[in-house]
Amino acid sequence: MSSIERLLFAIVFFGAVAFFLKNVFRLIATICLGRPANRFDRLWSRLRNMLVYGFGQLRVVSERFGINHFFLFWGFMVLAFVNFEFLVAGLFPDTSTVKGFSLLFMGRIPYGILMFLADIMSLVVLVCVVIAVLRRTFFRPAHIDPTLDAYFILSLVAMLMIAFFGMNACEASMGKLAMASWMPISNGLKIFVSGLSSEGVHSLARFFWWLHALVLLFFLNYLPYSKHLHVLTAIPNCFFKSESLVSTVPRLIFKKGEEFGISKAVQFQWTDLLDFMSCTECGRCQAACPATNTDKSLNPKQIIHEGKLNIFKNASAIRATRPADILAPAPKEAEMVAPLINGSEESISTEAIWECTTCGACMQVCPVFIEHAPKIVKMRQHLVMEKAEFPEELIAFFEASEQRSNPWGLAPTDRTKWTTDLNVPVITDGVKAEYLFYVGCAGAFDSRARQVTVALTKILNSAGVSWGILGNEESCCGDSLRRLGNEYVFDKMVKENLEKFSKYGIKKVITYCPHCFTTLKNDYKQYGAELDVIHHTELINNLIKQGKIKPAPSSNGAIVIHDSCYLGRYNQIYDEPRDVLKACSGGQSPLEMERCGEKSFCCGAGGGRMWMEELVGKRIYLERTQEALTSNPSTIAVACPYCMTMFEDGVKDEKAADNVKVKDIAEIVADSI
Amino acid sequence: MHIVVCVKMVPDTTQVSIDPVTNTLVREGVPFITNPFDTNAVEEAIRFKDRYGAYVTAVSMGPPAAESVLRKAISIGADEGILLSDRAFGGADTLATSTVLGLAIKRIAEKRPVDIILCGKQTIDGDTAQVGPGIARRMDIPQLTLVDEVLSVNQDQKTIKVRRKLEGYHEIVESQMPCMITVEREINTPRYPTVPGRLDADDIDIQVWSNNVLKLDPNSIGLLGSPTQVRRIFAPEREKGEIMMGEGDQKDNAVEAIFNKLIEKDIVAVK
Repeated sequence: MSSIERLLFAIVFFGAVAFFLKNVFRLIATICLGRPANRFDRLWSRLRNMLVYGFGQLRVVSERFGINHFFLFWGFMVLAFVNFEFLVAGLFPDTSTVKGFSLLFMGRIPYGILMFLADIMSLVVLVCVVIAVLRRTFFRPAHIDPTLDAYFILSLVAMLMIAFFGMNACEASMGKLAMASWMPISNGLKIFVSGLSSEGVHSLARFFWWLHALVLLFFLNYLPYSKHLHVLTAIPNCFFKSESLVSTVPRLIFKKGEEFGISKAVQFQWTDLLDFMSCTECGRCQAACPATNTDKSLNPKQIIHEGKLNIFKNASAIRATRPADILAPAPKEAEMVAPLINGSEESISTEAIWECTTCGACMQVCPVFIEHAPKIVKMRQHLVMEKAEFPEELIAFFEASEQRSNPWGLAPTDRTKWTTDLNVPVITDGVKAEYLFYVGCAGAFDSRARQVTVALTKILNSAGVSWGILGNEESCCGDSLRRLGNEYVFDKMVKENLEKFSKYGIKKVITYCPHCFTTLKNDYKQYGAELDVIHHTELINNLIKQGKIKPAPSSNGAIVIHDSCYLGRYNQIYDEPRDVLKACSGGQSPLEMERCGEKSFCCGAGGGRMWMEELVGKRIYLERTQEALTSNPSTIAVACPYCMTMFEDGVKDEKAADNVKVKDIAEIVADSI
Repeated sequence: MHIVVCVKMVPDTTQVSIDPVTNTLVREGVPFITNPFDTNAVEEAIRFKDRYGAYVTAVSMGPPAAESVLRKAISIGADEGILLSDRAFGGADTLATSTVLGLAIKRIAEKRPVDIILCGKQTIDGDTAQVGPGIARRMDIPQLTLVDEVLSVNQDQKTIKVRRKLEGYHEIVESQMPCMITVEREINTPRYPTVPGRLDADDIDIQVWSNNVLKLDPNSIGLLGSPTQVRRIFAPEREKGEIMMGEGDQKDNAVEAIFNKLIEKDIVAVK
């Protein structure tokens, strides 16, 4: 390496590194614009997540093609060491007097192994790049956008590998490759240059060396400007991911002068901003989203992408008003140059915000743990609480919920109508019971769901469970209100409900509705509630296991099971409903739909969508019902009153209601005892 | 421009039953709400504010708890609330109520001249639709009842043109201001309060005017000032009708048959 070359490289190297560090600092400063959030707790668990999901790529490989990424990733991990050595050696090259920089000090064998791995992995990476290009070009799935950016990055990676082999082959040919015996591929490739003169080989080596150096440094600096920003952010995002099972919105304190909900990107917490920057645009969220799948404008990937564009655009404007980059949250009164909601291409549309069912399918498949749904709910909070702007059908729902504490606006005194001909114990000051059966609004008012309520009471009685209801004192749990962003009324409801629970000393609660279930169990925790909440499928499963109820195989025919989002993804209850159905079918497992378990497809009613019109695209419930019907079931088993409504509509639309019954798991059990 | 809007706190009548022995409303445990027609009156007042920058005063006569309906009006944009509350006002019929409200509005007008008084068409507990006209009579101003659309306002001439919804037809009327308007539910869709609006309304002072302020003759207000005598209240027997269509072989075209009947009876119209 001539001294001119060395000087030239030093200039390029320090320039590139400085530019890179400046960009990294800018990214950190941008993330810091967000509101505070404590994601430095439970460090061991976070470290584990980072290892398992970041370095282990556990979620990436959960899809077949993810294995390609896994090899690319690990190829780069190995090459990181070699490239580090390469760059430092560029500054301190081998001269006649001084030996150049090398990692050889780690020991001959370990260094040899490193070089062997680097050699092999470079080829693996090259193969992976070719596969990725072929996939993008000829087998592109619908959720992958045909961007030139991806081809550009892939060609940079390919060039890097070709330069690596070219450089090594030339050096091997000149006998200068330190670890030639450990690098079979590089060593083998030297036959391609064997016909050249020694000067020719030397020039070629210098060419590949410079190609490698320039592409590497360019690649580093191109990252922050492309979707490959995730190379820098994805692993931290796995570390800082939400530690709670259910990712929901935090509790709000209603004080005058505060702004509620989010209308500016900087009002998000810094973890949300990091989320925006971590998106790899893999499109898995989009492939899983019930709204996207039924031709609606919501696309979770797009929400995150627009969030990223928005924060970048606004961040540079905020930085311009500050003397220097400060690692501090944006000032409250910070002016936004691009609105977050409804504006240009850097904005999120209100249509998309209202189309979300909060089913969580996007968050379940995201390889880097981006939390889409809470962001959408926070924007809804702004629209509802600050602007009172929402689809008009919701006003009736909001008024009914607030005034009559049920979504239909029915008389609260009718809440116990279903008990008329039954002997249902009511928990009062004098009457105590082990379990409160929190019937829920659907279970109490909806005529179909009431049949499930009655079935469940039959089970509870025959198993000898000590239970009671709150009667007309029960009120709505507030689930839909919260998901729709009406946190203010939700807040009032929680406080009233918890007051009632504590008045009657209620500790254990049975729910039939998964929405009541998750709200009482998880959301109410933010208010200090310590309730032991059990879903009826869990309870029934326990009762069967304890021998307290003995279902006899009944004649439901082929049963196909549907996982409710709020039971499954939100609370990881997958086995209990299946075990119960098995017990009722003489040990036979229920039929599964193609999208089941963690990948279950929403019925369309979650997130408050139950109370809204669905005018765009295909009806979600129809999509799901058709999927259920492909297995030719005679019964569709559900465990949620909303799913029940949606499937009943679906089988009627499909003119299948005469042959296919929609039943709650409690009904199937009650019929068999 | 100054709008006074009258609101009443009423029991949520979907939940009210009548005691078969005493023939009175069973109000125990029944939540109170803003009279639904009044919510439209408030909304219309706020629309005057949005359009013309009007100042909006909400007035209610009722027990101390009735301040909640005033706060609700303030939460969506009313500027102040005045509660007329005194034991002496209790038990009032529509005559005594309009006497109190009429005088109170005159007092309000002394400080800030009033252009329009807005009321709901009727309340859902009494259903008389008399208080609005009663106020207009006591104040000796024109009354425009059953309004379902405000067509125009001429602030220079102090006139207003509205559409009244009468049985089977509409009537367009122009009137001098000040005037009293009672509104139909169709006139608008009341807006939903924002949270900052609610928090502001929680903090605002509601003025309470007792008869010490109004100084009305005790014989003209409350039970003493109410010539109406209630002999008996009863819930009409609900006769169960017969199923006329939608069963058996008529099942498939029931919707069409129902619509034909409704069109025949002039309940719905085809555009």
